Amino acid sequence: MAESVRSGGRSRRRSGEKSLDEREPLDLRPRGPQHAEITALAREAVDETGAEEPREPPIRLGAQTTLGERRRRTLGLAFHVLCAGAAMVGVLSLVVLLGQVLHDGLGQIDRDFLTSFASRIPERAGIKAALVGSLWMLALTAVIAFPLSVGAAIYLEEYAPKSWITTTIQTNIANLAGVPSIVYGILGLALFVRAMGLGRSLLSGALTLSLLILPVIILASQEAIRAVPDSIRQAAYGLGATRWQAVRLQVLPMALPGILTGTILALSRAVGETAPLIMIGALSFVAFTPQGPLDQFTVLPLQIFNWVSRPQEEFRQLAAGAILVLLAMLLAMNGVAIFLRNRYQRRH
Amino acid sequence: MKERAIGWALFACAGLSTLVTAGIVCILLRETLGFFSEVSIVEYLTGTEWTPQFGEKHFGVLPLAAGSLLIATGAAIVAVPIGLLTAIYMSEYARHRTRSVLKPTLELLAGVPTVVYGYFALTFITPLIRQFFPETDIFNAASAAVVVGIMIIPTVSSLSEDALRAVPQALREGAFGLGATKLEVSLRVVVPAALSGIVASFILAISRAVGETMAVSIAAGNLAQLTANPLKSIQTMTAYVVQVSLGDTPQGTIVYQTLFAVAFTLFLITLAMNILSQWVMRRFREVYE
Repeated sequence: MAESVRSGGRSRRRSGEKSLDEREPLDLRPRGPQHAEITALAREAVDETGAEEPREPPIRLGAQTTLGERRRRTLGLAFHVLCAGAAMVGVLSLVVLLGQVLHDGLGQIDRDFLTSFASRIPERAGIKAALVGSLWMLALTAVIAFPLSVGAAIYLEEYAPKSWITTTIQTNIANLAGVPSIVYGILGLALFVRAMGLGRSLLSGALTLSLLILPVIILASQEAIRAVPDSIRQAAYGLGATRWQAVRLQVLPMALPGILTGTILALSRAVGETAPLIMIGALSFVAFTPQGPLDQFTVLPLQIFNWVSRPQEEFRQLAAGAILVLLAMLLAMNGVAIFLRNRYQRRH
Repeated sequence: MKERAIGWALFACAGLSTLVTAGIVCILLRETLGFFSEVSIVEYLTGTEWTPQFGEKHFGVLPLAAGSLLIATGAAIVAVPIGLLTAIYMSEYARHRTRSVLKPTLELLAGVPTVVYGYFALTFITPLIRQFFPETDIFNAASAAVVVGIMIIPTVSSLSEDALRAVPQALREGAFGLGATKLEVSLRVVVPAALSGIVASFILAISRAVGETMAVSIAAGNLAQLTANPLKSIQTMTAYVVQVSLGDTPQGTIVYQTLFAVAFTLFLITLAMNILSQWVMRRFREVYE
């Protein structure tokens, strides 16, 4: 498998490039149903070596190009510019968005802003309760969602027999990932707040958000576990390991960076989530920091929503300040995820 | 013994997701049935007025559904062409280095919290639109649709790019060999070959737009009216749920039940679109070799 992938990667290179060996690339092209998958892998391999993509060959039709030829080339160039322009729209939107938030919010951030509670008087308002609430929420959600999702991923990859039950679970997870977050809010409201009597507490919120990001972490973890080569498992079994020993001592440690990256990215989604928490009735005006998981709370996105909804300009600026803090938090989490990926990425 | 216990525990973790789905469906269904015991399903689906919180109550979901449709259409107009062209650029044109910067940057767009998009729509897009159309409402569908469109660009571009890149290189080389230009190769060979994945990405992105909540409830307003004018204030299904949740609605009242009826409608629509997207992907996939 590894060999065929590598040769697949080689065949991607252009014949114009000097190849170290004289093998005919086309003969080594992998065949069979897994072709698309291998092609994708091979592409990744080429990307990593930094090899050039095939370039458009120059059109040579006799000595002079015809009028139609020129038109085709102009059209081609126009399309190239169009595509590049479209790609820039996304980037530009991000830049403008960040610029706007920085412009409005940077002046808001000082020590008082971080250490004061929300207030009806804009000059005195701060985000202390929301910031502490978000950190609580992050920790609780991580503690709840991580073991459950990794457990599910291990089951699906390492234990599950090929049966309709497994297929059902897998399809179900894919579909859950597409359910709008507000629907999870309804579930949280009816199940945790009302039926289980947890009230409008941090715990209700964390449980709701955990269910929301469960499918995301499961899918990422499955991918990480699948990337661990089978030879590792076979070697462990060969030495007399039980299935759980092989998973716990060999597979999990190797898959952990991938699992953690996926988890952090999913958690950063939970930290930015607003709608489900409005559903479970988290308070927007909280002038205390929560002391335990059963306390009422607010989080940064809720505080932002609360401020944005007010017509006064001062509150909009407060919202921009809070957005900056939230974005900084998300950026830090993404940074950790990227660091983990780069630091522990190993090729098997 | 311990081995078996661990196996069962892991199975329980995986089974939990099925319970979540069952829980969602049960809870939504129970309250929705309660709602339909008081309001006829015909009135709900065909009524053109939605005023559950007023004295004279009307329960026609059409204004909310039209609001969601307006946002989804506007978002698609923004995201489909930009997302697809971006995907073609990343897959066919961009150098390796350009792509390695572009892709994570676009993924950042997907990572920005939706409440931030709401702020952006209200403080940047709406004033911009009002410069050209001064009669625009402060809360309007257009600004929300634009930011939702920006928000779903990465969904389209990322999934479409995966589909484009999965097209075998031999197809491109064959077309180049026949003298085709890059434009012709891209649009006449690669895009048709990847069409199932591209269409699936469109459907998935639009389903996200329908389920989008915060940006819409901040920027598009809370006025449930049946209009096709994007410069007017509207209310989507999601925004209605948020609006009711912000107030204190006692359990068991008809307004409380409308939450579940609307959420159930939303759930069914997005679920149908997600399943459709998966079906398109499987059914129309071009398989090579």
